[in-house]
This record gives sequence, structure tokens and C-alpha cells, in this order.
Amino acid sequence: MDDTIAAISTSSGVGAISIIRVSGEESINIVNKIFKGKDLNKVNSHTINYGHIKENEKIIDEVLVSVMKEPNTFTKENVVEINCHGGIATTKKILELLLLNGCRLAEPGEFTKRAFINGRIDLLEAEAVMDIINSKTEKALTLAINQLSGNISNLINNLKQKELKILSNIEVNIDYPEYEDIEVLTNEKILPSLKELEEEIKKIIKNSEEGKLIKEGINTAIIGRPNVGKSSLLNLLLEEEKAIVTDIEGTTRDVVEGKIVLGGIVLNILDTAGIRKTDNKVEEIGVQKSIELIEKSDLILFVLNNNKKLTEEEINIIEKIKDKNYITIINKCDLENKLDIEKLNLKNIIYMSTLTKEGINELKEKITEIYNLEEIENKDMTYLNNARSIALLKESLTSIESAIENINNDFPIDMVEIDIKESCLKLSEILGENYNENLLNELFGNFCLGK
Amino acid sequence: MNYEIIVVGGGHAGCEAALASARKGHNTLLVTGNIENIADMPCNPSIGGSAKGIVVREIDALGGEMGINADKGLIQIKMLNSGKGPAVQALRAQADKVTYPKEMLKTLKNTKNLEIKEGMVEDLIIEDNKVKGIILEDETKITSEIVILTTGTYLKADIMVGDTRRREGPHGEKPSNHLSDNLKKYGLKIIRLKTGTPQRIDKNSIDFSKTKEELGDNVHRTFSFDRKASYDIEKQVPCHLVYTTEETHKIIRENLNKSSMYGGLDDITGVGPRYCPSIEDKIVRFADKERHQLFLEPESLYYDDIYIQGFSTSMPYDVQEKMVHSIKGLENAKILKYAYAIEYDAIYPTQMKLSLENKIIENLFTAGQINGTSGYEEAAGQGLIAGINASLKLEGKEPLILKRNEAYIGVLIDDLVTKGIRDPYRLLTSRAEYRLLLRSDNADLRLREYGHQVGLIEEERYNNYLNKIKQIEEVKEILNNNKITPTEEVNSYLEKNQSSILKDGITLYNLLKRTEINMENVKYFIELEYDEEILNQVEIDIKYEGYIKKAVQDAEKMVKLENKKIPKDIDYSIIPNIASEAKQKLQEVNPESLGQALRISGVNPSDISILSVYLKRNYKNESK
Repeated sequence: MDDTIAAISTSSGVGAISIIRVSGEESINIVNKIFKGKDLNKVNSHTINYGHIKENEKIIDEVLVSVMKEPNTFTKENVVEINCHGGIATTKKILELLLLNGCRLAEPGEFTKRAFINGRIDLLEAEAVMDIINSKTEKALTLAINQLSGNISNLINNLKQKELKILSNIEVNIDYPEYEDIEVLTNEKILPSLKELEEEIKKIIKNSEEGKLIKEGINTAIIGRPNVGKSSLLNLLLEEEKAIVTDIEGTTRDVVEGKIVLGGIVLNILDTAGIRKTDNKVEEIGVQKSIELIEKSDLILFVLNNNKKLTEEEINIIEKIKDKNYITIINKCDLENKLDIEKLNLKNIIYMSTLTKEGINELKEKITEIYNLEEIENKDMTYLNNARSIALLKESLTSIESAIENINNDFPIDMVEIDIKESCLKLSEILGENYNENLLNELFGNFCLGK
Repeated sequence: MNYEIIVVGGGHAGCEAALASARKGHNTLLVTGNIENIADMPCNPSIGGSAKGIVVREIDALGGEMGINADKGLIQIKMLNSGKGPAVQALRAQADKVTYPKEMLKTLKNTKNLEIKEGMVEDLIIEDNKVKGIILEDETKITSEIVILTTGTYLKADIMVGDTRRREGPHGEKPSNHLSDNLKKYGLKIIRLKTGTPQRIDKNSIDFSKTKEELGDNVHRTFSFDRKASYDIEKQVPCHLVYTTEETHKIIRENLNKSSMYGGLDDITGVGPRYCPSIEDKIVRFADKERHQLFLEPESLYYDDIYIQGFSTSMPYDVQEKMVHSIKGLENAKILKYAYAIEYDAIYPTQMKLSLENKIIENLFTAGQINGTSGYEEAAGQGLIAGINASLKLEGKEPLILKRNEAYIGVLIDDLVTKGIRDPYRLLTSRAEYRLLLRSDNADLRLREYGHQVGLIEEERYNNYLNKIKQIEEVKEILNNNKITPTEEVNSYLEKNQSSILKDGITLYNLLKRTEINMENVKYFIELEYDEEILNQVEIDIKYEGYIKKAVQDAEKMVKLENKKIPKDIDYSIIPNIASEAKQKLQEVNPESLGQALRISGVNPSDISILSVYLKRNYKNESK
């Protein structure tokens, strides 16, 4: 029925060891065929076994094999993990042997999918595992692990319980209208609870969006006229903070020039076409290009030349960025001051020289300050960190806001309840649960009713 | 003897089923244990209630009898939740326990094509998994094309009081001892359920000065869309509210082990209704609650029994005496009938199709408590649908299946067939996801067309309905075509009614959208010579337009999934990647559509997406 899947589960590259994971009914049998050592079919579950991987009789690698029998495994299926000595060629060879002996190559995320389908983890946890796989920095990893441990599930669940409590009380009022002992919820009575819920949901959304920054990085654009030192600034940043990757497709679908890790947060430096060419060629970056960049960015590093007078073009840019997070960098401070910015209401001014590296630390501190990085670093990281959940939570918020609005418009409570129900439904959806059963259980669990 | 349709059981389900099939021109036999007990109300003396009252309206819209019959003999009626929005309002009447059955029997007797016979059905004639008739206790065989079982609580019924258990049905009637075993033999899964009923006490022994009076509404109300109320508002009989006391709770706690359900009997397997717990249950489960509400409801104008709603118990008689007397106002109450619990067999409802036909035995339909529901209204609603669909089957037509966005009856049947039950099922408004669409006021607008199509709504009633629709449209048009402008007079009127003054002209339609403005206010600006019913409908439509639109859109999404049919012969065991619990549930329910599949508990949205992909891949040609 279900086939057995295998994949290299450590990241490709040269590591000390690599792990190949196998999951499915036949996984122990298949690994046993290429394993020289104990008979894996006879070893106890959850044991690590020393031995060798062989092709025919030829030894391929010295390995440790973990055997985990169903159902107490990540996927709830038989799982075998082969720890081998790394090296792309060896690892791939072992995988190839597994495939030859009856495994199928796992699709990306298929182990997690199986865990989800087999009921080992709920939807939120499944997404968190995907995030661990994809997490780029240590902090994002913590975030993902937090979600996995069910913290976020608890948080959402709490909200849901609060809404269910209101809902079930309203429902009881409707279904048992003559029970005087049960508090009759009126619009006035539920308004404070709804406002509280609104605040809580808003807070989670805000945290989640910060969480998204942690995970996906802050899209940063370096903007300025030609020859103000944009590329020098970029190079300086890249030099100072080892670039992780270059020229890969970012999650924002924009081409990312480079990534910098600053206080555990990734800055995605967006490609400002032409930045690198400015050394040789005088190329005017039009205001239009700048606007596009500004829109895409979470953070703008606006570079001015200390040695030149302010231009019309630069005044235009200032107008465009005034409502965004930006840092004004007055570069070339080692040269004579010809720039007059006194009349301009510029924020976050940093004086620096990319030549002497003066001011670079101030810049980093400023970024840390703007994004409250220290605060984020110390905060408990319970927030939603994937787009689907955040979108659902926002829908949930919209419904609560609509409920509040309709209370203010004096709609009958059973109409207002439609909004609260909608909100609760979205929360259940985040948790991947069945809403209706919840409500009935709450109804009969908490109220004493009936003939 | 040969009939087209035999209905077994003369309760609320049986009456509707028999009437529907006879009225549709089919030669029908109603078999009942005792003609005296036809349309009997063995428990509470009321018809309707939250959600249930809407079912009665739906029955009426479709051409059933319950609404008309209840209107004939009601002793009090009120609109519940009248202070809340239109979606949750529902009628509840205290029905006279003498008049209601008497009127129903009269109707049955006056119906063409319908015969009534006394007898206890103990077996069915089955050939090749197809029902061919019934076998009575004395082994008489009566053949028919179709059999509808509406046996209520009479399958292997046991009445339990304290430590005694007697094999009998309500009123000490004889139960059917073998029918459920025989059904099991034919392959049906039988479950055991339990319910209970409280004491009846003598009206003359109650000190009403210590109770709180509960009156009926002071305007005329009817369940039926076609009847004008004929009762005297002033002569409605009140109900009375009393409370359990500390003493009551003490008596119950001290005697708990004597209750059949709490140790008096150790062989109880039936599952009791969650929504209707016995007083023992209430005291145990809600130990910190100081008192419980009880309602004293008159059973009839013709005798003195008062029903104590909320006091159902299976304590022995002597304890019941003490319990009743511990209540203020009932210190000297004389118990006329003791409370009891009743255990009975039912068919696990996922074995039915949405048409209420059995999946295993062809031409066998079931309705009412045998399907695991409770309540007169739930029974009658199913009975009507079973009668209609049995007839349609005889006529070679597609069954009438009401969707969840069309009727509470649709919600009820879909829940039963899709989710199965654990305890006797009662309709609640919270079970309906589109309850804004399923209102008491618009049951005819939702369902009369179906009633006409299946032939239960004759031309006169149908024309009244068409006329109603026409008038509603007319009023809306009038309101849309008439504007008021910001004159001094207009603004001063608005101000007087706490509504903001106009700066530009506004149509009356949009004016009515304001929450503080009602139809009466609109009438200040324009003459509207229409019935209250019409104007009320227009007002609801306009005031809640936004919400209604949204509900309609949501419902459309559901209907889309509902229209994705699943082939009957599908084998879930071979579909990879569906969780095993889900596979088992899907196999058991064998849902007719993806929509229904999604509602099965234990089936996740991820299973449905896998199933959907599988269907697309493997049943390409059939999916249209």
C-alpha cells in the first residue's frame, strides 16, 4: 500500500556526518539488505547499531544505523536513519543503494506530510517542521522549535476557548431561552471580551510579522545617487558580516544581492541594479527605479555624499521614504563637508566613511535599535510563523472587528454571533480542527440544561 | 392483502409518513400496537421550541400535518427568542395531550388510500435484501412494496424505576420483542439508547402562590402558514416556574445508588441524551449549582396532570415522593404518574441513505426514534421525508433530499446519516451552519416549492405562496423607488426617532437599513397596504441583507462540494495516503458527495483533498 521512502536529511555540502532517513513499512527490511552487522530485523526498537553499508560484498562506508519501529516514530511508520561519514559521493551512493532495493525517493517535506497524515502531529506542528527544514538562522530555528512544541497551538487554542465560551453561552441563551439561571449575554456584556480578544489577536499578528522578519529577513535597499558610495557600503557590510549566500532567489521573489546576519537577524540586501557598476560607469538611477525599490523594502539605507551639495533628485527621494523605516547615511565624512541637511527633517542620521570604516558600528547599532532586535532576542518566541496561519489569523481579526462594529450598530446578538463564529472557525482552521464538535462539547460540558 | 406502503408505528413519524404516502395516492397501511395511542405525546406536553419550532414550520411548508394539528389543540403558544434576531426565533406551544392525538386520528381516518390496523410487528418479509412486507406477532403476513419503520421506543423497550426493570413501552404498552433482533439478523447494526420522563402531579395539590407564572404571547400565533389563529388569547393556560432546593439535592445524593442509572440496575447499556439529563445527572455533574429550574406544564384542559419539566429521574417511588415534596409549592403535591427511564433499541443511522432508505435492505425506510433521534418534531420531520421518498421511489422518481442550507430537516438527516450518533439526537440551532437562512418566518419561501412538486401542496395553498412572493417583491420595489429628501419635516421626524438627519435624498429601502429604523417608521413616509407577514419578511431581507448575502455565498461553496458526487462502488482501502481512521469512517458512511465526506468526524480536510485528487484521476469520465 504505502511505499517506503528515503532521502538525505542533512543539508547537502561537506559536513562531518550525513544522515539518510528511511520511512515506511519496508524500511527495516530494505536497510537490512545492504547492512553488514547485526540482523536489523531482530534488534530492539529505538536502538543504534554499528556496522557497514555494503554493495554486494564491497564495503561502502562505516555507519551507525538507528532502528525505530512504528508507531512511536516521527512518521508513525518504521523509520531507519543511517549516519554515514559524509561526503557527497558516499552519501549519494548509499541513497542509490536504498532506491535500488525498493525505496522511493521522498518528495520534499514528505516525511512531515506522512507524520501529519498519520496523525502524529497537527497542521501547525507540520508547518513548524517545514520551517525547521527551511530555517536560515539560529533564531529562526528557535522560532520553529517553539512552534513545534505546541506553544503557538496553546496560544491560538486559548483564544479559541475564549471565543467558544462566549459562543456556547449565546447558543445556550438561544436554545434554552427560558433558563433564567444561565447568564443572558447581551451585546454590552460581550463587548469588553471582544475588545480584549481583538487586542490579543492584534498582538499575535504583530509578533508574527516580526517573527516573519526573523525568519525571512529584513528586505533592505541601499539607495542614493551615483558615486555616493553605495557599493562600497554594500561591500563593507558584506566583508564585515560574512555573507551567507549570494544571488539566490529570495522568498520575496526579488533578486537578493546578498545576505548579512546582524544580531541574529538576516538583512536581505536587495539588488539595486547598477550599484556595482557605479565605479566605472556614471549611470543615473532614475527616481522611478528608486520608488520601486522603496516599495519592496522593509528598511532603506539612504546614502548621501558629505562632499557634495544636495540635489533635486535626493530631495525627491527623501519625500518618498519619509514614511518608511530608513537610515540616513552621510558618507565620505573623511572629506570636506559641502552637504547642508539642516533644513531637512531627516531621521536616523549616521555619519560614516566607507573608506576608513568609521561609523559602521553605529550603523549596526541603529539597525538593531530600529528592529528592537535585542527585545526580539529576549522575547519568548510564540508567534505564528507561516503565511497561511497569519492570513487566517488576520481573517479571524476582521471578523472580531466586524462583531464589535455590529454591536455598536445595535445588531441583535445572534447576528453578532455570526461574526464571532466566523472568527472562531478561522482559529480552528489554524489548528486544523473541527469547529462544530468543539462547540457542542462546550455547550453540554459547561451548562446544565434539559428537560 | 397487498399494499404499496406499510407504515409500522403510529407516533409522530408514522402519522406523517402514512399521510404523505396516502395523500400522494399510494395504497397505505398504518400498523400500530394500539389505535388509542396514535399521535400520542408520552413525554412533554409541548410542540416546537428552539429549532424544533422551525421544523414544525418546515413540515407545514412541505405539506405535512404537525403544524396544522398542533394549531387545533394548543393551550398556550409563544415565540421564543422574540427579543433576539429573526434567525433564532421559534414557536413553542403547549399542546393539549387529548386534543392533539384526537385530531390527528380524525385526519388519518378521513384520508383516502389510508387504512389503520392494530397489531405488533415482529419480523419483516425479506427476499434478496429487499423488503416485501411485514409479519405480525400472530404470524399474519402482509405484503407491500415498501415498509417504513417508525417504531419509536418500542423495540425491546424496558421501563426502569429504581432497581426494577420491566419489558414494556410507555403507558405499559406491549413492546416489540423480536423485530430488532430480526433486523440484526438481516445485517443491521443495532444500538441501545435510553431516555426518561419526569413525574406528573395533580394540579389541585400545587401551591401556585409559591411559583412564578409563565404566560403565552399576547398576540395570535400559528404554526401553519395557511391557518388563521382561532384561540382566545386571554384563555391561554400559564406554565409555572419552580426550583429544586438544597433538600432536593440532599435527597438525591443520599439515594443516588438507588437510581436505576446510578447503580440501582447494573445492566444498563443504553446511552442517555446529553441535552436532556436526568436530575441525578444534573446534581452529580454540576455539584456546585445550588438550584435547578423546573417548569410545571399543564398536559391538557381535560384532566389535571401537570408535567414537571426538568425532573426526569429513575429513582424508586418512595424517593421520588420525597424529591417532589422538597420543592417549594409542591410540598403537598400528589404524584399521579411516577418518573421512569426507558431503554430501547435503535438502528445505527449511518446505515441509511440521505433519502432515509436503508442501505442494506432495499425499500425499507426508517424514521424517528428508531433512527436515534428524540423529540416529536424531529420524528415528524423524518416521517414526512420517509413518506415522500418512499412514494417517489414507487413512482420511479429521484428522492427529495433537503440540503443543510435549505432546512433544519436537512441538517437533521445529514447529521444522522453522516456523523452517526452517540446519544439520542436533538436538533439545536447551533447544529445549523446557515441558520440565518433557516428561519421560522421563511420556511414556506424555502420549501413550499418542493411541497408542491412532490404533490402535497395543492393549487390553492400554492397560489397563496406565489402571491406572497409577488407581494414581497412589490414592497421592495416600492421602497426602492421612493426617496425622501432632507426637508425640515423629514429631518425632524428622524431626529425624534434617534436617527441621524439627512443631507441628501435616500430611498426608503436604504432608510430601512438603519438599525434604529423599522417598518413602522417607514410607514410614516409611505402608505403600505400589506399584511404584517409580508412587511416583516421585507424588513428582515433588507435589514440583514449583508449577513444574508454572506450566508448565501458560504452555502454556495458548500453546495459546490455537495455536487461533487462520489461513486458508490469506491474502495477507500486502496487509496494511498488517507489516514486509516478516515478510511474506516469513509467506508462506513459511504458518503454520497465530497461535501458529505468532509462532515464525517475523523475525516480531515487533508484526507478530502487526497480523495478529491484520487477521484479526479480515477473517475474522470464519471465526475460530470
